[in-house]
Amino acid sequence: MYTEKVMDHFQNPRNVGEIENASGTGTVGNAKCGDIMRIYLDIDENQVIRDVKFKTFGCGAAVATSSMATEMVKGKTVQEAMEVTNKAVMEALDGLPPVKVHCSLLAEEAIHAALWDYAEKNGITIEGLEKPKSDISEHDEDEEY
Amino acid sequence: MNQVIYLDNAATTRTRPEVADAMMPFFTEHYGNPSSVYEFAAPCKQAIARSRETIAKSLGAKANEIYFTAGGTESDNWAIKAAAEAYQAKGKHIITSKIEHHAVLHTCEYLEKLGFEVTYLDVDENGVVKIEELKKAIRPDTILISIMFANNEIGTIEPIKEIGEIARERGVLFHTDAVQAYCHIPINVDEYHIDMLSASGHKLNGPKGIGFLYIRTGLKLRSFVHGGAQERKRRGGTENVPGIVGLGKAVELAVATMDERAGKERELRDYLIGRVTAEVPFVRLNGHRTCRLANNTNFAFQFIEGESMLIMLDMNGICGSSGSACTSGSLDPSHVLLAIGLPHEIAHGSLRLTLSEENTKEEMDYVVEKIKEVVDRLRSMSPLYEDFMKNNQA
Repeated sequence: MYTEKVMDHFQNPRNVGEIENASGTGTVGNAKCGDIMRIYLDIDENQVIRDVKFKTFGCGAAVATSSMATEMVKGKTVQEAMEVTNKAVMEALDGLPPVKVHCSLLAEEAIHAALWDYAEKNGITIEGLEKPKSDISEHDEDEEY
Repeated sequence: MNQVIYLDNAATTRTRPEVADAMMPFFTEHYGNPSSVYEFAAPCKQAIARSRETIAKSLGAKANEIYFTAGGTESDNWAIKAAAEAYQAKGKHIITSKIEHHAVLHTCEYLEKLGFEVTYLDVDENGVVKIEELKKAIRPDTILISIMFANNEIGTIEPIKEIGEIARERGVLFHTDAVQAYCHIPINVDEYHIDMLSASGHKLNGPKGIGFLYIRTGLKLRSFVHGGAQERKRRGGTENVPGIVGLGKAVELAVATMDERAGKERELRDYLIGRVTAEVPFVRLNGHRTCRLANNTNFAFQFIEGESMLIMLDMNGICGSSGSACTSGSLDPSHVLLAIGLPHEIAHGSLRLTLSEENTKEEMDYVVEKIKEVVDRLRSMSPLYEDFMKNNQA
């Protein structure tokens, strides 16, 4: 059901952990829906993401998208990190099953939430960044029986 | 360990080699259509009759009360839809429970769209249907009570005899989905006042794609699958002869070994439950501790999610299942776990391991070690666990 890349990132997730006194942290998702992602960013004075860590409660896809998203923003400037969209994360993982697309949205949202926290703390504006929603939940479509 | 440890016997079971052997001639030698006149088809007719006899005997029923179907889901659909149709002149009210299999729940929801009214009974924290609620729910226009014999997720065995007696006293038909219980627990349709019973072959070491519906003599249920005159004109379609033969053989063997098998499974089950609940912190057992299928275990591990657990166990050769949303294709966890009162986030962390007599104590030891590793690993990645530990230190 998952691609090799998803399985790899699930089995060997990159950047798991916490960062003490992080420049920005973001937690998104909802335990009710079964996914929570938390991202920690360590950002230097040039607005470059020096380090990033994550913790995730969720399924295989949730863990893999968190892992991939952290890989993709590491070493980037905050502005470049804005280009790491859910689509980019999904493509980097060679795709996700349709029911798992929301996991990649959550990863994007988690990065944005951490960036927002960083921007607020430092009184700066990141172009294109909007205040994140605290949780993402999709309505599952009513099936006909 | 590169061997598979199969702990998903509530999903399906291994077909016994004796069953497969019994079926084989009915593919290649006795392939005649049982409806045909010629002598060549006679062994097929006889084999069907033998299977029907064996099954009837196992339930204390008559052979002409057993109708072969394609499995449990078809049997549930047939029983409920046909009873609703046949008795709608009396009323349009049906009673079932919140923890039924989707074959029952979705059938009831479908009937609601057609104008029937359905009461979904609550269960207690162990998953037992509340008898007092059932009594109160029965109305003059109630035509059917459908309550499962034992739950497929948490293994709780329902008070079927009491429910059957109540249904009989109040003149309401009683159907039970016995897919998980049949041939695992002794069942007598007269003793339990069961009017209709659904069962499936592949849950008792028989083949997939075959099951039956027991319909008590005198019930005016119409055909569900229209076609030829098979199954006393109540279920059209050329008989699945190899399947019927396999089911008959599986029932024969399962009945003969029931006590011994359940004894072995119960011992392993209690060993597994004992170790997991003693050695893993923040875990609970779902379902009734004793009124429980001999092979069922169902745990909820706090702070972690079921699908991740399943994938990690799978990487260690262990097959299990979970009631997490991610395994159901929706965002909601199992309706059964919610019905017994588990909060969503805990229901997401459920793990069902259903054993067979072929499992061993050594396998259980290996499984416990792997569960501990997997739970530790996932908790170390979980923001919920992080928050919990921080709050408890403070």
